[in-house]
Amino acid sequence: MKNISSNVTDELQAQTGVKVERCYQCGKCSAGCVLAEDMDYPPNYIIHLLQTGTKENLDTVLKSKSIWLCLNCENCVGRCPMEIDIPKVMDFMRERSLKENKQSKAAKDIIAFHRSFLDCIKFTGHLYEIGLIVGFKARTMHLWQDVKLAPKMFAKGKLKLFPEMVKDSHNIKNIFSKTKK
Amino acid sequence: MEGTSREYNESVLALGNALDIEFEEIKDWNCCGATAAHSVNKELSLSLPARVLALAERQNFSEIVVPCAACYNRLTTTQYELAQDEEKKKRISEIIEMPYDGSVRILNVLQMLQKYAVDSIAQKVTNPFKHSVACYYGCLLVRPHKILQFDRVEDPQSMDTLMSAIGANTLDWAFKTECCGGGLSVSRTDIVSKLSGNLLKDAKDRGAEAIIVACPMCHSNLDMRRPEINKYLGEDIEIPVLYITQAIGLALGLEPEKLGIKRHFVNVNLI
Repeated sequence: MKNISSNVTDELQAQTGVKVERCYQCGKCSAGCVLAEDMDYPPNYIIHLLQTGTKENLDTVLKSKSIWLCLNCENCVGRCPMEIDIPKVMDFMRERSLKENKQSKAAKDIIAFHRSFLDCIKFTGHLYEIGLIVGFKARTMHLWQDVKLAPKMFAKGKLKLFPEMVKDSHNIKNIFSKTKK
Repeated sequence: MEGTSREYNESVLALGNALDIEFEEIKDWNCCGATAAHSVNKELSLSLPARVLALAERQNFSEIVVPCAACYNRLTTTQYELAQDEEKKKRISEIIEMPYDGSVRILNVLQMLQKYAVDSIAQKVTNPFKHSVACYYGCLLVRPHKILQFDRVEDPQSMDTLMSAIGANTLDWAFKTECCGGGLSVSRTDIVSKLSGNLLKDAKDRGAEAIIVACPMCHSNLDMRRPEINKYLGEDIEIPVLYITQAIGLALGLEPEKLGIKRHFVNVNLI
């Protein structure tokens, strides 16, 4: 499948307005990226892989750790001389990666956190810390992580035992079901 | 704002009270979805903030103050994106089952203070905040500049101006707008320790006695994750982290208790 082209750059442009071919590989994004050293491919390399337009390289991006480590701090786009919105590319690739079930195993915990966070909103309409952590632990089996934090948070009055529920919970559930992929 | 960052909520309300700014909560608001939503589902990440904005419109608010930097960023981004694309706006309005116009003005806490209080603050100071501080803006308040249109993107000044007005010595430092690690606090604490550690170290090296923030994520990472940060740095840094609303509140002579100062994990030993 080496040279088979994907139409992902067209799709990316249609959905996000980002044209990856505009990138001339100056590397400013990676120079300012606080996570570049933790990524398997730094941001400019991700863009380069997409510029080739091959399915193989698209797969490399979809399976990469980089797309999940990106914090969307927006430093890259702030400094890009061509104003290429890399965080938007990362969002697009994360969603696609999940859809095609190609997510990196190294991103398991990060994805578990996102899902637990969204579950909280789906059921309460708000962020509910206890629900979030219980959901995260159930998904990752990191049962002992941060156990020392909870009593201290409680003592400081930072842990609400019960969630505050959104009144129109039907509306929130509908939003989730209508946007479900 | 009622859990991990309860003291932010308390100090915003207490300061508003002292400065004659009256707040009214948007009834039945919901969470904006934060990083989780835009990481996995674009449409959901526009719908959740759009519901909040639509409720604000329905309840006749012309302007809303959004103290959380992430909410401020997501709400403003949603408003921007829906203003660019009529089709998308229609679709999101259908999803949230509410009319959405996009007319509400969105302010972060720094903008609110600039707009309604910057002059009166200096006159009301009773206990000047005579400390060297590193004003830490992080990412979400200033980027992307194209959308937020707030302050200078690489070297913002709004927080520095406010802190100077209450008597602080604001330091030049290198990490004003670097990321603290944000939403990876639970899933990749190691990364947060490194990123937050690097910025804390720079603040310390330049003589900061306190770090001032206006974002609950920055605060919880720098405050609640301090044991992990110190372990990463191999030293014990005890510089406290205050919300700007707490620092101004103290300078205005408000009770520390009312500003939630005691809720911090790193003791605030400046008073």
